[in-house]
Amino acid sequence: MKTDADGATVAVQKDESQLRQKRMIAEHFTRLANSRQTGEKNTYTFVPGNLTELLRSFDLLPVLPEINALQSGMRGKSKDYIAVAEKLGHSEDVCTYVKCDLGMMKSGNIGPTGEKMPDPDLLLLSYTGCFTFLKWFEILQQEYDCPVAMLHVPYQGDGEITEQMRDYVVDQLKTKVIPQLEKVSGKAYDEDRLKELLAQSAQAEDDLVWVLESAKQKPSPIDAYFGGIYYLGPIFSAFRGTDDAVAYYKALRAEVTQRLSQGLGPITPEGEIESERFRVVVEGPPNWTHFREFWKMFADEGAVVVASTYTKVGGVYDNGFRHDPSRPLESLAEYCMGCYTNLNLPSRVDMLSRYMTEYQADGLLINSIKSCNSFSAGQLMILREVENRTGKPGGFIESDLVDPRYFSAANIKNRLESYFQMIEQKRSGAAS
Amino acid sequence: MTADLQALLQGAESIYRDRELETVQRWKKETGGLAIGYMPIYVPCELFHAQGVLPVGIVGGGEDLEIIRGDAYYQSYICHIPRSTIEMGLNGSLDCLDGMLFPAICDVIRNLSGMWKLQFPDKYSHYFDVPQNFDPEVGGRFYRHEMEEIAREMTRRGARELDPEALRASIQLYNESRRLVRELYTMRIDTPWKVPTAELYLVLRAGLVLPVEQFSTMLRDYRDAVSADASRKPMDQARVLLTGSFCEQPPLGLIKTLERSGCYIVEDDFVQVHRWLKNDIPIEGDPMQNLVQSFLTDSIDSPTRYIDDGVKGQALVERVHESKAEGVLFCAPSFCDPALLDQPMATKAIEAAGIAWTAFKYSENTGQFQVIREQAGTFADSIKLWSEAS
Repeated sequence: MKTDADGATVAVQKDESQLRQKRMIAEHFTRLANSRQTGEKNTYTFVPGNLTELLRSFDLLPVLPEINALQSGMRGKSKDYIAVAEKLGHSEDVCTYVKCDLGMMKSGNIGPTGEKMPDPDLLLLSYTGCFTFLKWFEILQQEYDCPVAMLHVPYQGDGEITEQMRDYVVDQLKTKVIPQLEKVSGKAYDEDRLKELLAQSAQAEDDLVWVLESAKQKPSPIDAYFGGIYYLGPIFSAFRGTDDAVAYYKALRAEVTQRLSQGLGPITPEGEIESERFRVVVEGPPNWTHFREFWKMFADEGAVVVASTYTKVGGVYDNGFRHDPSRPLESLAEYCMGCYTNLNLPSRVDMLSRYMTEYQADGLLINSIKSCNSFSAGQLMILREVENRTGKPGGFIESDLVDPRYFSAANIKNRLESYFQMIEQKRSGAAS
Repeated sequence: MTADLQALLQGAESIYRDRELETVQRWKKETGGLAIGYMPIYVPCELFHAQGVLPVGIVGGGEDLEIIRGDAYYQSYICHIPRSTIEMGLNGSLDCLDGMLFPAICDVIRNLSGMWKLQFPDKYSHYFDVPQNFDPEVGGRFYRHEMEEIAREMTRRGARELDPEALRASIQLYNESRRLVRELYTMRIDTPWKVPTAELYLVLRAGLVLPVEQFSTMLRDYRDAVSADASRKPMDQARVLLTGSFCEQPPLGLIKTLERSGCYIVEDDFVQVHRWLKNDIPIEGDPMQNLVQSFLTDSIDSPTRYIDDGVKGQALVERVHESKAEGVLFCAPSFCDPALLDQPMATKAIEAAGIAWTAFKYSENTGQFQVIREQAGTFADSIKLWSEAS
């Protein structure tokens, strides 16, 4: 519930799909919480380059520490968790996801639903697009008595996936990852099962892309950043390849189809955006500690995010990639290498420039995250490049993932308002 | 100090301070060869040498470079080395380089590779991805291909083709320079007053720019000169291992400050390309495969490298023991992910081994050393007092 200007309680609007997702997540965490009793095993891993279908083909439950950290941020817990980690000697300079996760673990490892998370049976270090992942699981390795499976995913430094890169990942899957999964789960690798799951993934991916691309319409029926994060939840986390994910994306697509046919704008926690004044593309992750406040700053201005790159960290599907059951391991390898933060800067500039054009955006806004060098290093150059290519104005704000000390609401609001005024002035200039 | 030693050190310091890379410019003029820059920490220099290409280590702009445009490329919470490197690219200091390699050490250097492509589209720019899988049939095969592709690219840009015999000869030359570096590090452990780190550091920095043959000569000359210098006497200093400074380098003044504060730096992480491989690369057999195998099995432990089956921090503890250090200085650049994310794990191992430590941060252009001097001085005093009491 939220309160209005007079302090009265007002119901937060939620789509049916959002409620459905909430149920899925709650069930997943309950399953994890009960896993020691039920005998189910789990694997901690990361969102970019996650191998959910492979894990599920071994009946292993995925746990995503990044998701736990962002949930801690949204629930107001991250500040204390970060403090715990910093007291243990973790630098103020480094990633707050890591510190939040470690702090949560040291504080009893209570997950987003208030239930205790199980210790990992395996740490699957999918080293994709983020150097910090490597250190993160080295830190967890010291805390837990469990094996680690390392999957090194080569970076697309030259803007392409070569045969050698693909072979390298597939070889690792065959020689390191799968044997470790067999050992931990006690089950043999079942390629037919993996293929079934991958086929389901592709179905969900089709619907997801359709939903994201609906933002090309005017007005956009969705917000592809703040709302997009909810849409991405199932496919980026534990559900890719499942019946639940397929059903969720079907329902979401139907919902968005309906909004589109009615000419409705996106739903926000404060209600529908009735008048779309600005269409922007956003680069960078959101701030989680003030997520709703941040979103409201956009909604109040009638600003709709029509495309974002953060919603591509767990996989870029709008370039045509789909998990392919006919080439299961090769397809997983290509998926890993194709995640957004595994793309080089020229590719990121290309993608953003394309979004600006295809989504008829008024400008590019970068939310630069202190914690995340993978995203942030080079963003000022990206901004200039996209401005030069598209002629559309760029805006730049700074915050953090889950450290509330780095969210300066007044400063960000001020910058956003100035940015939207700048877009307005450009429009007026162009019209006169 | 003898006149020869003084001249050698002046020469090394002038190379250290020469951001225009005049040594490289001269070499190119004399040989007509390509020069390829590389960022920390490690590239297989032998490969370039064998093709007649000069590998040139670039470790940022140091303490003297005024950043004019580089800050417009980076937020305040990103380390200093990329902004000074891009500054040097923009101000023409690196014009003599025909390309740049960006080894896989962190996301900032990784992304700098893409920025280079955008900013300098006519130059060769390559992200040098090194394997974190150490199985010769998996990571080894990937790494070999990566090196072969670089060699082909060098040929496409005018370098001679890679020839196994030439590679073998280059490996021998680099083995020799690495042996000499190891010898000096051993000499510093045994007689730290003979090999002050501020001097050794300048020699190592010169080795980033000079052709390996000249670097080896400099190393030999330095070794012989300090061995013969009877004026260098032991002082009452605490022996410390300095760690964390493997990418962005501290200003020379900081190293001198640490030594003046009462520390003998008997082991460090500076300019690691010269010591990345712990032993000679074998000469017999396929030289390319030998390069691969040495990288997979004989590299030093680094925060940039996955530990795989190793035990975190064990290598650091062993280095403390081998260097007979009495304490550890964690001396990392601000905002350095590899060093700072690693540090809590390293301190845990160090504490478990009963070794004293302290930590501070710097940036390559840090200008005020007083606080660090006091911290390091207090640390050195405490080591000496504690050691005497025990």
